[in-house]
Amino acid sequence: MRPVIRPALAALALAFIASPALAATITVTIDKLVFSPASVEAKVGDTIEWVNKDVFAHTATVKGGWEVMIPPKSTGRITLKTAGAVDYFCRFHPNMKGRLDVSP
Amino acid sequence: MFTRPIVALAALLLMGAAPLAQAADKPTDPQIAHIAYTAGTIDIEAAKLAIKHSKTKEVVDFAKDMERDHEAVNKQALELVKKLKVTPEDNATSQALAKAAKEERAKLAKLKGAEFDKAYIENEVAYHKQVNGALETLLIPSASNAELKSLLETGLKIFQGHEQHAEHVAGMLK
Repeated sequence: MRPVIRPALAALALAFIASPALAATITVTIDKLVFSPASVEAKVGDTIEWVNKDVFAHTATVKGGWEVMIPPKSTGRITLKTAGAVDYFCRFHPNMKGRLDVSP
Repeated sequence: MFTRPIVALAALLLMGAAPLAQAADKPTDPQIAHIAYTAGTIDIEAAKLAIKHSKTKEVVDFAKDMERDHEAVNKQALELVKKLKVTPEDNATSQALAKAAKEERAKLAKLKGAEFDKAYIENEVAYHKQVNGALETLLIPSASNAELKSLLETGLKIFQGHEQHAEHVAGMLK
């Protein structure tokens, strides 16, 4: 029994360590074409949730990277997978700008 | 003191052919609502033409964005005037806008392929620039109702976004 249980326990322990138990959800509100807060500090594994109060569709787009669609009066979300600072903008209204500073 | 901007706007829209004698005092809220609604409708009409005519994905996507956003703004505008019990009032600026737009649509309808795409997008850049100028210098400062002013300010941000978006698409077509 033992040799079987140990690896299983180890795997379980690993799963707990790797699970995003401490991951946070950070809300960015969009109101009248403004991302607020415009700049957010987050960690890998955190989720950014954009809450769109406008009647217009928006996006959070990283040039050459990811894009999240944020429909009118709705939300869009992404779980951060890589560390680093990225600037994002709305592809439909490029005058809307935001920034994510993602630490490991 | 408000004569100059409205003359400038009308002149800009009619490219010098504006009947300058029509230049009035600063527009009233019912007139401003009419001008803003007309400006939105014009861009929706242009978008519909582009969706039908263009074979270029970027251009069609852009046109669909314009149609969707301007319909949303105009819907809000209609709800607001209803709430404020304001009846939008036709005026020389709205008429000048509509006339210039009709001529532009007739011009565009004769073009095909890349020529159409280029002319449509270039007109979108120029048109949004004109409307933004009018919003900033005339319509927003003249609006007396706070809610109308606020809607116009949101409209300005949307239009500024569209101008940049149109410039981006224009850059891709080159």
